[in-house]
Amino acid sequence: MKLVIAVIKPFKLDEVREALSAIGVQGITATEVKGFGRQKGHTELYRGAEYVVDFLPKVKLEIAVNDDLADKTIESILATAATGKIGDGKIFVLEIQEAIRVRTGEKGNKAL
Amino acid sequence: METQLVELAYALDTLYFLVMGAFVMWMAAGFTMLESGLVRAKNTAEILTKNISLYSIACIMYMVVGYNLMYPAGGSGIVPDLAFFLGGDNTSEEVIKSGGDIYYSNMSDHFFQVVFVATACSIISGAVAERMRLWPFLLFCVFMTSVIYPIQGYWKWGGGFLDAAGFLDFAGSGVVHLCGATAALAGVMILGSRSGKYGKEGKVFAMPGSNLPLATLGTFILWLGWFGFNGGSELIISNVSEANAVSIIFVNTNLAAAGGVMGALILSKLMFGKSDLTMALNGAIGGLVSITAEPLAPTPGLALIIGLIGGLIVVFSIISLDKMRIDDPVGAISAHGTCGVWGLLAVALTTGSLFTQIYGILVIFLWTFIVSLIIWSIINMIFGLRVTAEEEEEGVDISECGLEAYPEFSKSLESAPSVYPTK
Repeated sequence: MKLVIAVIKPFKLDEVREALSAIGVQGITATEVKGFGRQKGHTELYRGAEYVVDFLPKVKLEIAVNDDLADKTIESILATAATGKIGDGKIFVLEIQEAIRVRTGEKGNKAL
Repeated sequence: METQLVELAYALDTLYFLVMGAFVMWMAAGFTMLESGLVRAKNTAEILTKNISLYSIACIMYMVVGYNLMYPAGGSGIVPDLAFFLGGDNTSEEVIKSGGDIYYSNMSDHFFQVVFVATACSIISGAVAERMRLWPFLLFCVFMTSVIYPIQGYWKWGGGFLDAAGFLDFAGSGVVHLCGATAALAGVMILGSRSGKYGKEGKVFAMPGSNLPLATLGTFILWLGWFGFNGGSELIISNVSEANAVSIIFVNTNLAAAGGVMGALILSKLMFGKSDLTMALNGAIGGLVSITAEPLAPTPGLALIIGLIGGLIVVFSIISLDKMRIDDPVGAISAHGTCGVWGLLAVALTTGSLFTQIYGILVIFLWTFIVSLIIWSIINMIFGLRVTAEEEEEGVDISECGLEAYPEFSKSLESAPSVYPTK
């Protein structure tokens, strides 16, 4: 089982969600986060004083999928979340040690 | 019939004072909204508390002693006679016998004047925001409203030596706005700037306001209230020439604000490449303050220009104060002080003498600055003016008020499992 963590631009959330749903992903956790990568943020002005906004709002998705769905999940995200401009985000893939459904106690692939 | 008309004129002019006074009272809400919108969320409840308290203190102290110091029965021209509490009012017989010379209720005059004191005090609260302790500030207000403001008010409006010298200040660019801003300046110099506001090599860090809709609402409220501030200062409306005068004052006041907005907005666009809303708001105030010294004599076109120049001045003043590391979160010293000076000088464009205006400016400034500096220093030595570094970081809402202005949006509640009990 793989945990796919994707940090994406907030306005892409709906598109990514629909694409994942279309390929059979059945659960997503989304968190509002702030982040920056290599290019940092931008500057704003307030009453003549410039200030740098380093951390930009992003959305972090955590998607637990079976191994055979992992590659398609990543492809889906790449296809829908990318704009080609700075700040598109990153995807990380972790190995899940165990997964359990709280309501029924099912474990492993049955829990996803 | 004749006596009826005299009584009617008395009633009308009394009503005028009361209604215009109520408009100026509403400016207290304007200042409160403007200031709370321009400070950070963690400091909002405290500034709201400060504003409603200072208004109350102003009303109390002015009733107890301030009004009588400012409008004494007698005085030397420099030192007014001392008297406490309010006297009685006119009877119909006295009014009719005067043939209309007595044309308003004494109480209505007190009411109209007391709201001006509150305005002067309110200017200070914005400049010292986010790092001054509440009760030492209120203690200063007690002195501001019972001594500092009334004495210089006596010198001009109470018939003292400034009035005798021919100094002109129709509605208070000097007596109210410059006085308030000067007391604020003295306070800010002793208090120091907000932690993190200024860096090395002249770097200025932005601390954006938490609620620009409130700040804008506050500005519109002040604009509306100012019709009472300037309009009411004509002091009478019950005949054709006075009614016309009041009408010109309303029009000029309105245009000066409009000019101030556009002056500040356009200048901000040219200087920063962006149209800074907060500068436009300060521009409106700056324009209003600029016309307040003489809203009757100028033509509407000139009033517009006076206000527009005020809007330009406000922007330059805000930037300059930051360069001098004098931290004014809401631009009060610039909008009320720098523009107050301009307003007093601009009187000479239409009436009076430039030299006398400069004289008045210096008297008001020096009196207010020196006495304020002394009182701020004494309060600082005995009680301490500034919150601790920790309290400033956490926000004065917590340390001074024990509550938050926006509790559902604060960091402390994000991690709390359940704030509002479900049972």
